[in-house]
Amino acid sequence: MMPDLSGWLSYGSFFLVFAGAFAIIVLGLNLQWGFTGLFNVGVAGFVAIGAYTSALLTTPETAGRLGGLNWPVAVGMLAAMGVTGLVGLLVGTLALRLRQDYLAITTFGIAVTIQLVANNAKGLTGGPFGVQFIPKPMQAWLGTGLPWTLAYLLMTLLLLAVVYVALEKLVQSPWGRVLRAIREDEDAASSLGKRSFAVRLQSFVIGSMLMGLGGAVYAHFVGFIAPEDFLPILTFQLWAMLIVGGSGNNRGAIAGAFLVWGFWTAAGGLLRGLVSQADQARAAPLQVVLIGVLIALMLVMRPRGLMGEALAVAKSRT
Amino acid sequence: MLQIIADGLIIGSVVSLGAIGLSMTLSIVRFSNFSHGELLGWGAYLALMASTGLTALNAGLAAPIGPFSFGWGLLIALVVSAGLTALLALGLDTVLFKRLRKQGAITLVIASFGAALALRNLLLFWQGGVPRYYTQNLQIAIPLLPRSVWGGLRVTPDQLFVLTLTLVTVTGLHLFLSRSTLGRSMRATAINPGLARVTGIDPERVLRATWLIGGVLAAVAGVFAGITVQLRPTMGVDLLLPLFAAVILGGIGSIWGAVLGGLIVGLAESASVTVVGAEYRSAAAFAVLIAILMVRPTGLFGEKR
Repeated sequence: MMPDLSGWLSYGSFFLVFAGAFAIIVLGLNLQWGFTGLFNVGVAGFVAIGAYTSALLTTPETAGRLGGLNWPVAVGMLAAMGVTGLVGLLVGTLALRLRQDYLAITTFGIAVTIQLVANNAKGLTGGPFGVQFIPKPMQAWLGTGLPWTLAYLLMTLLLLAVVYVALEKLVQSPWGRVLRAIREDEDAASSLGKRSFAVRLQSFVIGSMLMGLGGAVYAHFVGFIAPEDFLPILTFQLWAMLIVGGSGNNRGAIAGAFLVWGFWTAAGGLLRGLVSQADQARAAPLQVVLIGVLIALMLVMRPRGLMGEALAVAKSRT
Repeated sequence: MLQIIADGLIIGSVVSLGAIGLSMTLSIVRFSNFSHGELLGWGAYLALMASTGLTALNAGLAAPIGPFSFGWGLLIALVVSAGLTALLALGLDTVLFKRLRKQGAITLVIASFGAALALRNLLLFWQGGVPRYYTQNLQIAIPLLPRSVWGGLRVTPDQLFVLTLTLVTVTGLHLFLSRSTLGRSMRATAINPGLARVTGIDPERVLRATWLIGGVLAAVAGVFAGITVQLRPTMGVDLLLPLFAAVILGGIGSIWGAVLGGLIVGLAESASVTVVGAEYRSAAAFAVLIAILMVRPTGLFGEKR
């Protein structure tokens, strides 16, 4: 019985660490989209920047590749947030003054370009093989087994909790109210003297930083990253999480991350069970189609998600 | 030098045709359709299916016409695929976009992003990931100018065919939009939907026409990409960034802007191959996009909205 139990425990904590890292990213996306109405189609690109930044700074020196500074993991994670925030600042400065769609197109372009750089700039990113031997924190004390996985899970959930509490404080602060005011009616907010561009840019940058943090959490758990970890499908999964959970609601964003990751894992398991070994590579795209249908159904039938934003205005009585 | 320009114009004609449809959706249906690239991919593969079917019925259809690498079969298949892709675009609108139109442009963008992934992966599931070609016939490039003149110029008959047909298609579309009643109603709706409605223009009819035309142009562009490069299930998403760059460069809603934008993006791509190497080719479109956003976000022919 014992090995079985620890097997389940190990599988469960793997699942939860991934879901937790995604939840951090989705919280960032929720700040951008749910509270500010900024549409980011390049989430995978921002996550990749975070993952690569932390990986390059914390790995031991590698011949033929930049980075390899052997820095502590915590510093790597902070740097991941910093660099991703900086990219967010650049993108935001460029696209946030324009029509809404332009931000979508620009962020899409960023993701495509980052994918290109990850695949081709071998001296920086290791090319298609990616970065290996990314240090796993605390492994010197805990070893490589279940205790380490559980400790990492604890750390991830702790980070998630900190991010959640901070965001809740932020969106309920006067700043958060301005954010929603701008989202609902930019002209009205501007006429009240709110500097809408600056506030939107701040929100976009903070959201980007959280995406970078999520990427770093992912990288240090798995231990290696490659360009194919950050394909557009990742962006789409993260969006599905936010839409299913309910945008504009931080608890919804977290619930969505765990639910959709569960749905994705179950759909993958189901396909593996139903389809013969030989056809599995061919059937893999169906998993994506399935989640595409889920998001479309959700948009059509329950656009506010499982937990939508709490209405701020009292309903008028008739 | 000349060769770079010629290659750029050929890439550019594919981008132009795709960009016109995308630009029309942006100005008439009013959202950035991220699934537009997939229409190009589906158009290319539907033509492949139709042409394979036709050659199975009559092997003579595969025989190359004159100097070209393809036979009448592919030309008929192009027409079939244009019709089917137009229906696919219209069908997508009916089951998805139409229902979401009231929820605002950004919901439509999210939905189109989802539709793109679903369409692409269906194509991947159906056709597999291996690149395909319309014919196995090899073509020898005709030297138009010797190497001593500006580095020389060589083009294949297929490439000339693509350039000519692009010009014909764009001119035809221009005549349709400027001369026919439906074309004029489409332009009116793009400029001022409220006023267009007041003058008795049926907005649903205009939207249907937009999807159909966008689908046809996407299929033609997809087949051209298949003829000049190859068919891959990811060709749609790979072309999406160049399409968007061309639309914004030309100015949203402007047909000739989209054409010019497409040609410039094509030239930038072919120039980047010599300057920074083929692997960063797709980043050329992004560089063009960033440059235009910094200098003139309304595009070359766009008006401020």
